[in-house]
Order: sequence, then C-alpha cells, then structure tokens
Amino acid sequence: MKQFIQDLAEKHNNQEKQLLQILREIQACYHYIPEQAIEQLSGLLSIPRTRITGVVEFYSFLHLTPRGQYELLISDCITDHMRDKKDLTGYLAEKLNVAVGAVRKDGLVSLDNTSCTGMCDQGPAGMVNGYALTRLDRDRIDRIADLINRREPLAAWPADLFYVDDTVAKPGLLLKQPIMQGAALRAAFKRGLKATLAEIEQSGLRGRGGAGFKTAMKWAFCTGEAQSERYVVCNADEGEPGTFKDRVLLNSFAHQVFEGMTLCAAITGARQGFLYLRGEYLHLYDRLQEILHQRRQAGLLGSNILREGLDFDIDIHLGAGAYICGEESALIESLEGKAGIPRNRPPYPVTHGYLGKPTVVNNVETFFAASAIAVNGADWFTQVGTEKSAGTKILSISGDCARPGIYEYAFGTTIQTVLNDCGAMDVLGVQMGGPSGTFISNQEFDRKLAFEDLATGGSVIIFNESRNIFDIVHNFTHFFAHESCGFCTPCRVGTSLLRKQVAKIHEGHGSAGDVAALEELGRLIKGYSHCGLGQTAANPVLTTLERYPELYQNKLKKISYEPGFDLDGALDIARRLAQRDDAAAHLSQVGDHD
Amino acid sequence: MTKTITIDGKTIPFEEGQTIMEAAAAAGVYIPHLCHHPEYAPHGSCKLCSVSVNGRSCTACTFPAMEGQEILNDTRELNDSRRRITQMLFVEGNHLCPGCEKSGNCQLQAVGYYLNMLDNHFLHFFQPRQLDASHPDVLVDRNRCIFCTLCVRASHRDGKDVFAISGRGINKRLIFNSESGLLKDTDLDVNDRAAHICPTGAILIKRTGFTVPIGERLFDDKTIAETSLDYERGNHDG
Amino acid sequence: MTDKVKVATVSLAGCFGCHMSLLDIDERIVQLADQVEFIRSPLTDIKRCTDCDIGLIEGGVCNSENVHTLREFRKHCRILVAVGACAINGGLPNYRNYVPLEECLGESYLDGIGVENPHIPNDPELPLLLDKVYPVHEVVKIDYFLPGCPPAADVFWKFLTDLLEGRDPALPYELIHYD
Repeated sequence: MKQFIQDLAEKHNNQEKQLLQILREIQACYHYIPEQAIEQLSGLLSIPRTRITGVVEFYSFLHLTPRGQYELLISDCITDHMRDKKDLTGYLAEKLNVAVGAVRKDGLVSLDNTSCTGMCDQGPAGMVNGYALTRLDRDRIDRIADLINRREPLAAWPADLFYVDDTVAKPGLLLKQPIMQGAALRAAFKRGLKATLAEIEQSGLRGRGGAGFKTAMKWAFCTGEAQSERYVVCNADEGEPGTFKDRVLLNSFAHQVFEGMTLCAAITGARQGFLYLRGEYLHLYDRLQEILHQRRQAGLLGSNILREGLDFDIDIHLGAGAYICGEESALIESLEGKAGIPRNRPPYPVTHGYLGKPTVVNNVETFFAASAIAVNGADWFTQVGTEKSAGTKILSISGDCARPGIYEYAFGTTIQTVLNDCGAMDVLGVQMGGPSGTFISNQEFDRKLAFEDLATGGSVIIFNESRNIFDIVHNFTHFFAHESCGFCTPCRVGTSLLRKQVAKIHEGHGSAGDVAALEELGRLIKGYSHCGLGQTAANPVLTTLERYPELYQNKLKKISYEPGFDLDGALDIARRLAQRDDAAAHLSQVGDHD
Repeated sequence: MTKTITIDGKTIPFEEGQTIMEAAAAAGVYIPHLCHHPEYAPHGSCKLCSVSVNGRSCTACTFPAMEGQEILNDTRELNDSRRRITQMLFVEGNHLCPGCEKSGNCQLQAVGYYLNMLDNHFLHFFQPRQLDASHPDVLVDRNRCIFCTLCVRASHRDGKDVFAISGRGINKRLIFNSESGLLKDTDLDVNDRAAHICPTGAILIKRTGFTVPIGERLFDDKTIAETSLDYERGNHDG
Repeated sequence: MTDKVKVATVSLAGCFGCHMSLLDIDERIVQLADQVEFIRSPLTDIKRCTDCDIGLIEGGVCNSENVHTLREFRKHCRILVAVGACAINGGLPNYRNYVPLEECLGESYLDGIGVENPHIPNDPELPLLLDKVYPVHEVVKIDYFLPGCPPAADVFWKFLTDLLEGRDPALPYELIHYD
C-alpha cells in the first residue's frame, strides 16, 4: 500500500488541492481509506491528518471502514421509489444476503442507499463501485447477484447492465443544431472577443443552474478583476433529484460544452478550466478525457489555441457524493480538495474563487448555450423565449409519464404543453426544479417555464393521482437532512428536525399543533440558513402545505397532543429484559383523556 | 465624512472594511452571537447574529457594513428566531447545565438567558457523543460542542491544528490531530489559547471546576450583552 | 374553600429538590395558602389527581408509571407546568440516556459488584423503564416552563402570583437559570 499511496500522491504532485481526487483513487482500490493511508498522505501532502479525515467523513463515497469489494448503492430518488425501488432493494439484499447499510460478513459486497444518481428516466438505478447501473428489475438483480457471488471482475460484466440511454425526446433551438467543433471559437475570434461578450449580453443568457444570474455580467465581472490568474469552472455536479440533462449534454454534446468553457476563457483571460463532474457520472469520465484529448489534437485546447495566442486547458475533477457541491462556493472548496462547505459571501467567486482568484462558475447548459450564441448570434437566440427569459430551457422529465427524457422548450411554454408532449395523464402535480423547487398542483398547469414564473434548473418530476403527497415530501425532507453539510445551525439541526416532524405526521401520529410547528420550523430553516440548500430545504413542506392545507389537517388526529416518539416502543428493551408482556408492560401512544 | 449605518433606527458610524458586528460592537450595540470572537476571522455558522439588512437576512459577523444599510437587530421577530436557533443547539447536543462545570460561565447558557429561553421546545436528539479525558490537563466533552470552530481557529493560530470538525450534517463531530485520535497524543498544552476559548463546556481545564461560587460567576450578575461589549471595549482600548 | 385556586404537584424522575425550593418561599407560604389549596401533592400526601387549576410537574419521564401519572395530571390540570431541569430536558437522570438500557440494568442487577441472586426484576407491580429519560413536553402538552435546578423560590412565587393575579406569567432576566 505504501508504494501505491506514494505513487498516487506523486502523480498528483503531492498537492493538497488534489486530496479529494487522491482519496477517490484510494477508495476505488481498497474500498475504504485505511488509517495508514491517512498517516502517509498527511506527511506527503504536509497537511494535518484531521484535514484528511474531515474530507473522508464529508463525502458519501469515501469511508473510514471497509466497504465490500463490490460496493452497491441504490438510488433513493422519489422516481426510483415510484418504480418499486424499495421492493427491489429488499430483493437484492435477500439475494446477496446483506442488509441495507451493511457489509456482508465475507467482505465481498456492501449495500446502501444513495441520493439520486441522475438516471430518473431509466430507473430504478444504482451503482457498483461508482459505475451506474440502470433499469434494475428482478431479472437484472439476479444477474448482478450472480456476477458478484461468482466474483466476476467488473470489467467482465455484460455491458447492457451499464447501458445509459440519452433519451432526447424533444430537441429545440439548441439541441437541433449543435455547433461544429471549433465554430464558436472561430466565430468569436472573427467577431472580436469584446463584441462576442456583447453578443452574449444581448442574448440575455442567464445561468441555467436555476438561479438565473446574467452570464455576460458574470464573465465581465471576472474579466474586470485586476488579478491576472483566473479560472473557468463548469458545474457538472448535477445533484438535484430528477435532473439528468447535463449527463446527456456531456455524453452527446461534450465538445460544445468544452467549447463554451474555452470561449469563456478567451473572454475572461483564464488559462485553466475545470469540469467538476459529479461522482455518479464516473461512467462518463474516460470518454470526456478522450474528447479533451481530441480537442488538444485539433488545436482547440492547450497552448496557442487556433493560433490566436490563447492558452487554456481543462481538467476534470470528480465529486464523491455530496449534493451541496452543486452550490458554487462549495464546489470551489471541493475543487481545492476540501469538504464542500459553502463560503461566506461576499466575496463572491467572480472576485475570490478557486485558490482565491477570480473564477467563473457556470452550469453545463450555460456553456452549451453560450457557444451556440457565439456562432449563431444573439438575435437567433432571442427569437424564442420571453422578454425576461430569452431562449430555451432543457428539461429532464421523469415520473409518471409515457415518455421520460430530455425536452427542450422555449421559455414561456406552459406546463400543460410539457405534460401533453411527454404523455402525462391524470396528473396530481408536478415538482418543478426538484425538491428545492416548487410543487405545483393540477390547478396551475397554465403557468409558464420562465425565470419570472416557474424558474427551474431543469428537473421536472410528474406525479399522477395515485401518488401520496406525504410519500413525496417525506422522501425530499430525508434527502435534505442527508445532504446538509452541517455548517450552520438552522440547516444542520433544522433539516433533521423537519425530517422527524414530517415522519410523525406521515405515520399518522400528528396532532393539533403539529402542522403549525412544521410550518414554523420550515420558515426558520428557510429564513436563516447559510446557503441555498438550507434556504430551499423546507420548500417541499412549505409549497405543499400552501396548496394542500386540508390534506395536512386531515392527517392529524383530533387530539391536542401526541408524543413525538413511539412510547410503547420505548419499553421494548425493558420488556425483553424483564421477560414481561402483561398489560402493565405496555403503553398506549395516546392517553385516554384527549 | 464618516460613513454610517443604522441599527434599530440608531445611527452608527463605521470604518471601511468593518463588518456589521464590528461596527455595532464599537458603538456599544450588542448583537447575540456564539461562533463570533473579535480576535478570530468570522465563521458565520451559528446564525445567532442574523440581522435584517434592508429587509434581507444576513449574518452580522460576516457581512460588511455598507453606507446606507438599515439594519434591524433587537426586534421581537429576530429574537424569537434566535431563541429557536439556540433551542436547536440545546436539543442537538446534550446540555445538562446542572452537571456542567461551565455553568454560570457558559456563553450558550447566557445567550439562552438573554433570549428568555425557558425550555428546549424541540424533540431532543439524545445522541451519545464521546468524551475524551485522556489529556492530563484538558477534558473534552463532545456532548456540549456546538461546532463554532473557535478551538479549531485558535489551535490553527497556535500553530498546532489540534482540533478539527469532521463529518457531515447532523453527524458532525470534533476530532483531534493525533494518530490514536486521543487528545493526550496531540500537541495540546493547557496554556494554548485553544484550550480556553470554548464558549460552552465542551473544552474544560481539569481541576478548575466549581472554584467560583454560585453568585460570583461570569453571568450571575452580568448579561452576556454586557460582558461581550466589555470584552470588545477592552480589546479596543487595550 | 371552594374559591381557592387548586394546585397539584408531583415529582416524577426528580429528586424533590424543586418541591423543597417551593417551600423556600418561607413565610410567603402563609399568604399563598390563603389563595391556594394543594390537592394531590407530596405536601399533602393525597395520591390521586382530581380536577384542578395548576399542575406542577417536577422530574422527567423515566418509566411507565411516570407516563400514567403525567397523563393523569394533563387530564385534570387546566394549566400544566414543567418545573425544573429534569422536567424540561431530563436533567441529571438524563445521563443514563447515553448508556444502553441493557447495560444500565445489567450493571445494577446482573454484573455489578456485590450483586446477589442476579436477575432483572420482573414483578408485574413494577413499572418498566423507558429506553431513555424524556422531558415532559415530549409526552404531553405543557403550558409553561420554569427552568432551574431547582428553580429559585422566587421563580415559584413570581409565577404563581402572576397567575393568581391574572397576569400572563413572565420571568424577569435575573430569575432565569438552568442550574
């Protein structure tokens, strides 16, 4: 192991900022991060061992204790649950003789849940040693269990188990007309870089991650900084449950995304770029490296790009299972090899980003659109969309519909149109923008896709009349409690309290004051949390409570109070030890008085 | 001309580069806080110092004072929220004041008093957390840790990096920089600043407990607002 | 007699220290007795709680009997008050919450030094222990909280006189203590 760690650290130039990448490789090799490795790395990278432990314990895909040689994770997205994920996981656990959350005694296999893996159009999904598994069913699980029990190396597993479909169901302005390699850069150099920035400004392009900051303004701010060292970062940490458009863009249109990053570098003067790829998309990694290689060969990356004197290259950094790293300052921390804890702002990344230098962080789709605008011009882009939301939005559609997949729509399109196109029937409601977004009811389908109406990062999850709102809210609140980085009090404690409170009501133990308490708690988390995660973590509760107050009230018992824990269950241990089961050895959940 | 902000309608001067917290403290205005300490870089995590700046919620310890800011601080709504946030800290950890040496000198407790907190409101987590009594002079009781990172910051400045916060979300924990993971095997010395900076009873100096009788402890006759402003003043003058 | 405010008190998993502190109001107890009638209370040795105005609960909830008593109080008391650290967060008995109940009972009845005839008591007359010691507000609805270990006599006095005189009870800064 000693030699392995030493070589690994050397490969990464013994740089502290490479810590997360190094740890990923150790985990892949040993299926945990041995104490010995921490000690050795601490010396090689000249950092306290606590820095390393802190990173290992922060990311879901890194472990201090051994996982199985086959690390199985099953996606816990609501869309997976809608396709019987729970039963399938139970079946898998039984087949492999391993409990969920545990490692089998012989150390061969471990099984656990993981947050949405971005395969919502082809779930239930999972991962084995970081590689995506799709369309899980009993038949596939039988095959997987058999492969594992036979200790078949992953490389020898049939490819169909890993097959990921790019379902572009409805291409629009951008997806219909991908640019030629190098076209955006050539157009930009021909037009002039300042004029190209002006063109992007005129196009009205706004960040596609959901927040909608004007792209040209971000690039201009970064350019305006006196620092000479600047960075361009593409945020491919697509962790919002229900989103998978970036996966498709990176699989089918990576050239255009990298070209957008290079364009940004040309305009801002950055010499280094990073693609921050979520760990769940490990299957894309080799292919993306190959494309970067091709671009270097073609003179579109590296030194003196297109002989215009532009020097710029792109590295790919992998995440390791942390939704919070989609927040741009947390992403930068993660790029620096640290735990993904959002920074205090100001200062903002455009002035103090990666290594404290001016940094542009944009979504995959933003770079994708920017390169198309550089080629086709602002007018081409603004021919569709609304006044405040120019162009199109690429949606990831999943849930209860006949044709899940990628859809591109002009801003201003109504939700009803979207639902008609994907074949959604008897719709109860739609989760727009994922758990952090808004749940809209079937009375609101005339609302429009637009920053001024329904802003979305692209996640659209459809629920039909057979679904239970509380199942949905429960899944989402669990997600946020699991993904909270724990930095600030309201989010760290509040999301766990929210999970308990929702579970109490969901399980039918809610009483008179519980909905009011739920709403108060939700507002507290929303109002006082440090970053977007906490500020939106209560949205599933607040947006459904606003729309279905009677649903919540009906769930409550007509009593003034019910304990927040299982009273009779709290006697279990004593009953067992005293070997009693008489009437006096039990408690009712509610007294006879109320 | 001096630049000014207003806090609860009172005009307060500030110098360029000051945070709202610093400007307020210099003017004798107390903003409740736990993770903030005037000698260390602000952290902004406890959220007790949340104020409303032109209608938007900001942490006073990290947010820069800027000309024309209208700030609300001592309002019923903010203090109600701060009380709830303090209650979150109480149910998250295991804070049993009657059995704690820090009682009477504890900032968490004193903030609770200041905010008229009478109960813990939420469901308790009752999570077992480890205690480390291995060090000859210093005891760490993780049950009382509120993740303010003051010990982390102080120990970094001490040049030792003894403390760090590890883990994620509700599973965060205070860890020590030694191969065994025990405090006794770290470089911590009882005279390190880091051993004395904990606002709660998570880090205690052994054999010093209960030396000050009840009635004479730090917060027995002074509020945390008074002691905090006294400290800031002492810092400025001295 | 009938127009007096009826008060009931009990100590669950507590040490009766809060009750002692109540008695520390000293001569003011005479004044209180003019306005208040103590029904079920260790002070009167009346065992059952009947309808009353104010119930004072000392101590946390550590076993099934505590649950029944607390519910009886909630049923009969118009205003229910959690008194002292134990009622509010479990207090010192709460220290057992971080040791599994198996180990607690094992140490006391099976493996402890000097244990003879080791067995876990199983008489049906005995209340069973809950897995943890719970604050009273997690089991029934509580209307007011008086912190302190114990709350000072003045806390009781202020609270009761506020209620008796029709004011919304409030504790001034100097009366709030958690120890």
